[in-house]
Amino acid sequence: MRAWTLIKAYTALVYVFMFAPIAVVLLLAFNDSQFGGFPIEGFSFRWFHELMQNEAIIRAFRTSFALGLLTAVIATTIGIMASLALVRYSFPGKNLVSTLLIAPILVPETVLAVGLLIFLRWLSVPRSFFLLLVGHVIIAIPFVVLVVQARLVGIRREYEEASRSLGANPLQTFFQVTLPLLMPAVFAGALFAFTISFDNITATIFWRPSGSETVPTQIFGMLRHSVSPEINALGFVMIVLTVGIPLLAGGLARYFSRKQT
Amino acid sequence: MSFILVYSFYENVDLAVDVAAFQFSNWRELFTDDYYHYAIWKTLRMSIIVTALAAVLGYIPAYFIAMTRFRHKWLLLLLLILPFWVSFIIRTLSWIHILGNQGAINGVLQWLGIVEEPVAMMFTELTVIIGFLHVFLPYMILNIYVSLEGIDRNLEPAARTLGCTPWQAFREVTLPLSIPGLGAGCLLVFVLTAGSYVTPLILGGPDDFLFGNLIYDAIISELNWPMGATLSFALLLLLGLVVVAYSRMMGLNQLYKAFS
Repeated sequence: MRAWTLIKAYTALVYVFMFAPIAVVLLLAFNDSQFGGFPIEGFSFRWFHELMQNEAIIRAFRTSFALGLLTAVIATTIGIMASLALVRYSFPGKNLVSTLLIAPILVPETVLAVGLLIFLRWLSVPRSFFLLLVGHVIIAIPFVVLVVQARLVGIRREYEEASRSLGANPLQTFFQVTLPLLMPAVFAGALFAFTISFDNITATIFWRPSGSETVPTQIFGMLRHSVSPEINALGFVMIVLTVGIPLLAGGLARYFSRKQT
Repeated sequence: MSFILVYSFYENVDLAVDVAAFQFSNWRELFTDDYYHYAIWKTLRMSIIVTALAAVLGYIPAYFIAMTRFRHKWLLLLLLILPFWVSFIIRTLSWIHILGNQGAINGVLQWLGIVEEPVAMMFTELTVIIGFLHVFLPYMILNIYVSLEGIDRNLEPAARTLGCTPWQAFREVTLPLSIPGLGAGCLLVFVLTAGSYVTPLILGGPDDFLFGNLIYDAIISELNWPMGATLSFALLLLLGLVVVAYSRMMGLNQLYKAFS
């Protein structure tokens, strides 16, 4: 039993290791000090005010948001179609396609970034928002496919066959039977895709058109000087957005599903 | 989409060789220049250190989560997934608040009067390792957890009744059965570490660079595209070898499990 206590304490320590730094950022966001570190000189919202007035950051936020939404929509659509093809149909080269869809997970983003960049250079297409979008979609697709595929395997074929035998055409069957059953995975996948895009920096630094910034690259640029208190406030906003919204959505979904039953 | 992807990899080779006609000077530079050898060695070393530490640090929590009868186990799992949603760059820079000159540790030390001046802890190889561990540990724990969760819980007690000590039961039964998860976690952490360049830029000193930083320098700073392409392809090749060796030994299926 003593070993078990040790294991418990150790686990608690690892959790502290994972969360203490995040907590520190959340705390320092309200620090009144001129500098982005300790000691804490008082509680204030001052850096949030400064943040709202910082146009570069607002612009970066807008870019990131649009990029994330578009990535989520496109990656999820392609992801659903790909999963359908992979799970429900068999075609020559299926294994290859499945491997290729998942492969980007194992390819370092740095290499992926350079690969796409050089491919476009070869086509003499300049860097653009569109390229950034394509890139983010490529990075997000494997995760969407994995999530949707896992769910699709669990949906029994009989439902679709029943719908077909009752006279629905394949399209109707998809939209009225398969898709509703798939919805939780679709949401999870879209959320996943959004966060992946919103958070990406490694590849974005390579792909972004000159002069345009997403939130992570903006923070990266600001870090060159020092950790300003504004970065802490920005960190707070980002954490609340990217952690709060999914948690809220998950909580609401659970609440409503409990109500229904 | 995957077409672009495949294509882009092919183009890598092509361009590295094609831009100034068909020549091998980039590759020759890579193979003969000590600077690149040093970078490769450094990257491998860093990746191995991070992977080993992550395995050691991650196994015990994964074991705890899998074996505990704690009622709110879901909470522990949720907490494991949460960090994925917190921005990578925020998590990385947060260590400056912990270890930096104005960080928490120095703050406490000075407040207690143990030191007068802040102790310099930032921008070393160690901070880079800590930064990597912090970001990649959840991957490791989740992967190990998934395979531990799949083990029949009666096996360890069975081993005990057959006369094993608890440690023996773990070593002879549970540990071997969890190897697929451990392996998948290690592969993931290794590949992720070896391919990054942002963490050393933020948390490392000027001397703490990885292979990825060379690619970044070649393309972003020096605009030396052919060299950047050569380096990228070399990195891909290197990690490809690791992945192939791994899949020969273990197969890649386990890797997908953790995500679903």
